[in-house]
Amino acid sequence: MTDRTERTEPASPTGPTDRGAGTGAPLLALDRMSVRFRMPRGRYVPAVTDVSLTLDPGECVALVGESGCGKSVLASALLGLLPENAETAGAAHLGELELLGADETELARRVRGRRAGLIPQSPAAHLTPVRTVRSQLTEVVRELTDTPRRELRAAAEAAAERAAFPADHLDRYPHELSGGLAQRAATALALVGGPPLLLADEPTTGLDRDLVERTVDELRRQVDDGHGLLMITHDLAAAERIADRVAVMYAGRIVELADAAAFFGAPGPRHPYARGLLDALPERGFTPIPGLPPELGALPPGCAFAPRCTYATAACAAVPALTAGVACHHPAPAADAVPPRPREPRRTGPRQPLKQRTGEPGPPQQPESADVR
Amino acid sequence: MSAEAPPPLQLRAVTAGYDRRAPVVRDVSFTLAPGEAAGLLGPSGCGKSTLARVAALLHRPDAGEVLLDGERVRGWRHRAPRAQRTAFGVVFQQPRLAADPRLTLAALVAEPLRATGRRAEAPARTEELAALVGLTPDLLARRPHEVSDGQLQRACLARALALRPRILVCDEMTAMLDASTTAALVAAVEDYRRTSGAALLAVGHDRTLLERWCDRTVGWHELAPAVKSAPGG
Ligand code: SF4
Repeated sequence: MTDRTERTEPASPTGPTDRGAGTGAPLLALDRMSVRFRMPRGRYVPAVTDVSLTLDPGECVALVGESGCGKSVLASALLGLLPENAETAGAAHLGELELLGADETELARRVRGRRAGLIPQSPAAHLTPVRTVRSQLTEVVRELTDTPRRELRAAAEAAAERAAFPADHLDRYPHELSGGLAQRAATALALVGGPPLLLADEPTTGLDRDLVERTVDELRRQVDDGHGLLMITHDLAAAERIADRVAVMYAGRIVELADAAAFFGAPGPRHPYARGLLDALPERGFTPIPGLPPELGALPPGCAFAPRCTYATAACAAVPALTAGVACHHPAPAADAVPPRPREPRRTGPRQPLKQRTGEPGPPQQPESADVR
Repeated sequence: MSAEAPPPLQLRAVTAGYDRRAPVVRDVSFTLAPGEAAGLLGPSGCGKSTLARVAALLHRPDAGEVLLDGERVRGWRHRAPRAQRTAFGVVFQQPRLAADPRLTLAALVAEPLRATGRRAEAPARTEELAALVGLTPDLLARRPHEVSDGQLQRACLARALALRPRILVCDEMTAMLDASTTAALVAAVEDYRRTSGAALLAVGHDRTLLERWCDRTVGWHELAPAVKSAPGG
């Protein structure tokens, strides 16, 4: 680990060669990755099931889904931050290194911060409250790089600048920072070790819309600099703004994996759940998906979305495999399923009726958005 | 609604904050019309949450007055007369901070009924509210740490509706939630308002959401032109 401070461009030729850039190999490759939790009385709760996904350098994949769908567990698994009772299966390759089988020493010494940086959900909670941003950055620079003592100060300032954290705020404590600046401080910390892979776990939760856009644009800049970014989020607008591809997770499985432009634009999502998710947005139908997501510990047999799905048939009693980017027995066709939808003009005509009940998963209901399908 | 009915809620020249020398709300006036859904849009840290707390009688203003159905409010928090306090249902951004972790969701929803000596109504009302917000009996039996943020927020909304409030105050109610849960909670609020005629003050930072949800959306700067955003968000 030399020259860490020199190297600010992970995609530069001086970057680590083991992440596969230039060989055409992806930066991160998940192959049928599963995580389950061992519960009392021999019960298991599957949180992530059979996830296969690749991420290239300079690419952003947004992993979207409702809370509790398993997407945060996936990120924790990649960083070796799962609780004791977790069991993993399948493989997750970061370059030549297999993460799921790696031991804690290896993950601590070689992976976290150096090859995979975490941008956390609540940066204010992630930062140490009693120390200034400068002191935290300096410590991480010292830990992860070979910067000589007398250059630490400059290196910490350079690290702050990479995440657009203002130098005149370096001597502040976390509680003195706005949400946006705390987020940049956390991003600066994640970037110090020059990790080719960035994992962002709900980085925009609770931020104002313009701050969301700024945060997302700054993350995109890291992607354009050659980082691979896996962004876990429930914020579809943020995903649309940043992602090259979108992976939709439901009940621990990826149900759709699509090009972001096709997903958010035309032809739109192909999986009924993904379509429902987009149609719930206030700028679209503002119609909730009926019912609640299932408990990971009590998944229905077959397609886990079936109790909430208007398209379910007998065929859906079998778990659909992810084929050509969608895991559904009755997906919308790949093209012209959903006509490109003009953004609904705001405040014209009566508001969308909001009579959709969200009680227990009942018989399939006619979606109010049926007219647009 | 008759045209002469006094507005359910009126704020007149309210100044409020946590430091008298630097109030975050300065000289703000705002009127909620009968049955109206009003959105109050502003960035975080601007003082809109403080204003929401004043409006819901949870925070005493330093100056100005609050009128409830035309009647001047004289006490805040526990000093407010019960009839005034229970006119409001309030939902906050962070359900975890607003829910007693020891209670089951069913007990949480019924909390206001028990607190007002209406324990006997609790089972039937809880069932009704659970259906409205989309909570299953299985979820009602759990404690906050056993459910997701979205499920807990559904319970907090049900609790806010337990006493059939005439005014709902939703302060960033859906800021932490996914699109479908957001749409579901808003639908539940609108269901309730349709049957009860309650007015709504929805405070938030998401313009698209508030404009879709509310009859009228006001920007914070329109209400409080003199106030700059507080530093520190
Ligand atoms: S497999 Fe069947 S139940 Fe599942 S999403 Fe597709 S149509 Fe609906």
